[in-house]
Amino acid sequence: MAQRYSAWSLFKNALGGHQGWERAWRDPKPKKSYDVVIIGGGGHGLATAYYLARNHGIRKVAILEKGFVGSGNVGRNTTIVRSNYMMQENTAFYEHSMSLWRDLSEDLNYNVMFSPRGYLFAACSQASLDGLVRRANTMRLNGIRADILTREEVRKEAPYLDFSSQARFPIYGGMLQPDAGTARHDAVAWGYARAADQLGVDIIQNCEVLDYIWAGERIVGVKTSRGDIGAGKVAVAVAGHTSVLAQKAGLRLPIESHVLQAFVTESIKPVVHHVVVWSATYFYVSQSDKGGLVFGGHLDRYNSYAQRGNLPNVAETTQGLTSLIPFASRLRLLRHWGGIMDMTPDGSPIITTTPVPGLYLNGGWCYGGFKATPASGWCFAHTIAHDKSHEYNAGFTMDRFARGRTIDEAGYGPYNHLQ
Amino acid sequence: MLRIHCPYCGERDHEEFSYFGDATKTYPPLGAEHHDAWVEAVYPRDNPKGEHLEFWQHLLACRRWLVVRRHTVTHDILAVMPARERPAA
Repeated sequence: MAQRYSAWSLFKNALGGHQGWERAWRDPKPKKSYDVVIIGGGGHGLATAYYLARNHGIRKVAILEKGFVGSGNVGRNTTIVRSNYMMQENTAFYEHSMSLWRDLSEDLNYNVMFSPRGYLFAACSQASLDGLVRRANTMRLNGIRADILTREEVRKEAPYLDFSSQARFPIYGGMLQPDAGTARHDAVAWGYARAADQLGVDIIQNCEVLDYIWAGERIVGVKTSRGDIGAGKVAVAVAGHTSVLAQKAGLRLPIESHVLQAFVTESIKPVVHHVVVWSATYFYVSQSDKGGLVFGGHLDRYNSYAQRGNLPNVAETTQGLTSLIPFASRLRLLRHWGGIMDMTPDGSPIITTTPVPGLYLNGGWCYGGFKATPASGWCFAHTIAHDKSHEYNAGFTMDRFARGRTIDEAGYGPYNHLQ
Repeated sequence: MLRIHCPYCGERDHEEFSYFGDATKTYPPLGAEHHDAWVEAVYPRDNPKGEHLEFWQHLLACRRWLVVRRHTVTHDILAVMPARERPAA
């Protein structure tokens, strides 16, 4: 029986000099076959395995991860959790995610450090503030808390923003989603991995999927770098590389891969108490528990599978930081990195069955996969178990584009790189 | 910084250019009601991990439309041509 984490287990292990901790999950050899094989040991794949076992009793499940658990986008995001959407499909889905986030640490018996510190959007023009009022009203009609703040109220919440008379982008006001915040991204991966493992899921790392195994029209397994593995169902959760694995199954997706950069500064004392976003340039920042300012901006805006970004974007994003928070110009960057995003033409994800029997798809997360992790796993597990969508992902199909039922939250039109 | 050799202006930083994605697509005739052809032109993408044919517009200079063949892992630019000289899909 696996060890349960508690104050008592901490105390007991402290007495033993912390030599008694067991590994958090097993390192099994791949079996010959499984009921469900999930490709991708990131947040979404791990969450899917956990909910398959917990909600649907399907425990003969393997997760195949090319590298190590959490080495992809779940370790590369800016850890923001929110649900400030306007489209019905997104609202229902992300609110479900929020409800799962609130209990996730207890549910997984693993501290994911969910911190609903508030998501503060600062408007830099009257038009932007009008847009936020519209958004807040829509959110409230859907039962999501949202407050509109005046300039003075924003200053009270975040006095370190540039309120000077020289500010290039004066702050007109803002919107606060008080229930949004951050979670510790790695802990989410580790928590789901450990909880799934305890329910019997095999987590197989350093196992790259090379191709599918077919029986006629149906996919019945995968060829991997660690041998062939049979599968009743194969589920793909490899956002960033979804097109590559879909292509091997003969599917062409409405997805482009783009690189998104993120940054963290050296540690400073607690000062940024919210997730702060602003409208002058697309920019978001929060402060990690270690003290670094974690921030990001736009895509590099050309197709890329390279997990590294380009310097013009470093300049643009850091200018966003120093324009919004002038004191940050004194900070040194500790690290910056890139992750590959599945960009869809409407900015919304895909969680669906596919035209290929035995194959299920979860991808197209654009910038926003991390906050979706619990609901994504929940809905994908339901879709795999029942061969049909859960009510919360019923809109996230692939045929929505041909049917004209896109979920275009930002209203940019069908341009993947602009979403 | 990518450096794109514009056939009209010479080699410039990619910041002078605006990106417009997949250049293998051909639109159906305007006014034609080919639903499937329009869906095919607008949505599915090969999204290759490797060589990619893509539109760039030299927005801050000659404003000409170009087609660039670029590698999506190394970001090496392999060819640049005026848009109307793009290879047939």
